[in-house]
Amino acid sequence: MTIAIRVENISKKYKIGAAPGKFRYGMLRDQISALPRKLFRREEGQAGVNYIWALKDISFDLEEGRVLGIIGRNGAGKSTLLKVLSRVTEPTLGQVAVRGRVGSLLEVGTGFHPELTGRENIFLNGAILGMKRAEIAARFDEIVEFSEVGQFIDTPVKRYSSGMYLRLAFAVAAHLEPEILVVDEVLAVGDAEFQRKCLGKMNDVAAQGRTVLFVSHNMSAILRLTQEAIVIQKGQLVKRAPTPAAVDFYLASGQAQAGERIWQAEDVPAASAPFRPLSLRVRDPRGVVADSFRSTEALTLEMEYRLTAPITGLRVGIYLSTVRGEYIFTSFDVDQPDLYEKYSTRPAGHYLSRCQIPADLLNEGRFILGVNASAFGVKRYFMDENALALTIDSMGAPGMQWAEPRQGPLRPRLAWTIEMAE
Amino acid sequence: MNEPTTVYIKPTTGFAALNLGDLWQYRELVLFMIWRDIMVRYKQTALGALWAIIQPVMNMLVFTFLFDRIAKVPIDGNIPYPLFSFAALLPWGLFSTALNTASRSLTSNHNMISKTYFPRLVLPMASVLSGLVDFAIAFVILIGMMIYFGVAPTAHIWWALPIFLLLTIITALGVGLWLSALNVQYRDIGYALPFLTQFWLFATPVAYSSKVVSGAWQFLYSLNPMAGVVNGFRWALLGIGTGPSLELWISIGISLAVLISGLIYFRNMERTFADTI
Repeated sequence: MTIAIRVENISKKYKIGAAPGKFRYGMLRDQISALPRKLFRREEGQAGVNYIWALKDISFDLEEGRVLGIIGRNGAGKSTLLKVLSRVTEPTLGQVAVRGRVGSLLEVGTGFHPELTGRENIFLNGAILGMKRAEIAARFDEIVEFSEVGQFIDTPVKRYSSGMYLRLAFAVAAHLEPEILVVDEVLAVGDAEFQRKCLGKMNDVAAQGRTVLFVSHNMSAILRLTQEAIVIQKGQLVKRAPTPAAVDFYLASGQAQAGERIWQAEDVPAASAPFRPLSLRVRDPRGVVADSFRSTEALTLEMEYRLTAPITGLRVGIYLSTVRGEYIFTSFDVDQPDLYEKYSTRPAGHYLSRCQIPADLLNEGRFILGVNASAFGVKRYFMDENALALTIDSMGAPGMQWAEPRQGPLRPRLAWTIEMAE
Repeated sequence: MNEPTTVYIKPTTGFAALNLGDLWQYRELVLFMIWRDIMVRYKQTALGALWAIIQPVMNMLVFTFLFDRIAKVPIDGNIPYPLFSFAALLPWGLFSTALNTASRSLTSNHNMISKTYFPRLVLPMASVLSGLVDFAIAFVILIGMMIYFGVAPTAHIWWALPIFLLLTIITALGVGLWLSALNVQYRDIGYALPFLTQFWLFATPVAYSSKVVSGAWQFLYSLNPMAGVVNGFRWALLGIGTGPSLELWISIGISLAVLISGLIYFRNMERTFADTI
């Protein structure tokens, strides 16, 4: 097999405070005296400046036609790695050899101009992504069809809904047909139907023998789409393994520890406001916060959050899923009509939404709790599909007299009766 | 599908990093960005491309009133003042628009820079070149005025105008490269630009004749490439002055020096654009 990407000892250093996403511009006055000396040289080795290594000594090879998942918590360096691979930013040390064109779905819609029509933006965006005019023209109809914005194609995109905008942007990027496709969190947005389409498109890309790098916080998507994954922690590659093993490693080592997930301010996207998640905990019947429980115990889930402004129609809920990404159930705190009436508008304040998972429900194994705060049909404020992991032990569960694993995520204690019919 | 080429991504150093081959690969993007700038410039304006005419014409009227009627600044030749100033306002307008949009081109497209790879040079280049359309539109007015005032262009116009136009572009691009790269790190540039443009306008014989500048200052004047451009335009179009001289060569030399140093500085800073912008 041919190697599509060879990453050799890549490191990337940022000046603290100058990391992406933070705003700090130098003061011209401070540096004007040093100007002549500095102008033709790169800034380095200045006294009193602190650096952080966003990536440290990362090496891996990827064969052509493979799909590689990249897992890591926020700030671990996943995005920096993708930026280096897509040549947005240069590594400080090391080298990457990339065979073929790298197409990035890092941020779809880059270079879209609000005043231009959908048609004009398709051409512009295609050119920015490195397509030739003729290539774009040849795929134009396909792009429009994929994006489902057909009748608005000659309307300025500033009049598009955010969903239409996103679909159009993704459509252009998805039809770039590069040898190597880099996919970031793009799938976290858009409606379910569109997500399905995007995943389908990604599958097509992989099926055509092209290489895909897929980054997501959505473990179920990673598990579905990739066979192999790498785990990045604090800028270092800590694990490369078949995806299920890598996901387990990540869940066991990452933030899912000790039965409590705490969100720091920097973990929460600005778009979540006015909803601010604080923590998610699981308690056993004695009120102890833990991460492993007995199947025969009832668990108490506590979601703590703050509203900085009132929200109408807010529902805060949890997903429970298996580590393989299959959903077991979804439940919201205002599922009951009387609570829904009472909290039709939640005033600003500090809240605790609590519920119980009854005893004798779950099978042994590892489970993932996700969090969702949304107003139905209006806005999804916050979503974390991988907020917390917990382990269930089947001691005392029904059927333990046989030492066999039971199929399925549930192990309910059902009230069997046996009658002898004649 | 062609056999894919292997790209090596590694820390770059020195002049080799200028990477003009990459720019050639992305030449279509330059055209697309020019096209975008032009398409967007007069979107949602009632007068549209008329603004390309209104701006220099209004300037000309103000200058005529201030410098001709009130200050009675002497001009050479038998040329009516409106035509005298308009012939200079055209290249000046091209230069100042190009300089301003190029200097802001990186910061106003920061999204593109922090998300995708392309040679960053594309942005200031496209900004500078897109000004040519406005120039062409306003040029029609100049032709109309020359017919109205009965002034015939000199025979040099065919070779001299393209050369002076090129000199304008080179100067604007050179200074624009410096300022756009500086602007990424120091947003002070955005505030200094209007002042710089205004100062440069006064230091260029747009509203007045370079004849009024006394001997000692003449040399300093030749250091301003735009002075050479404006004089050249008047010479080729209206037959004023003596035409290309040593001063023009100084202008060209300075423009090229600014352009080359600008390219080097830009390329050096380009490495960190995505991180600092």
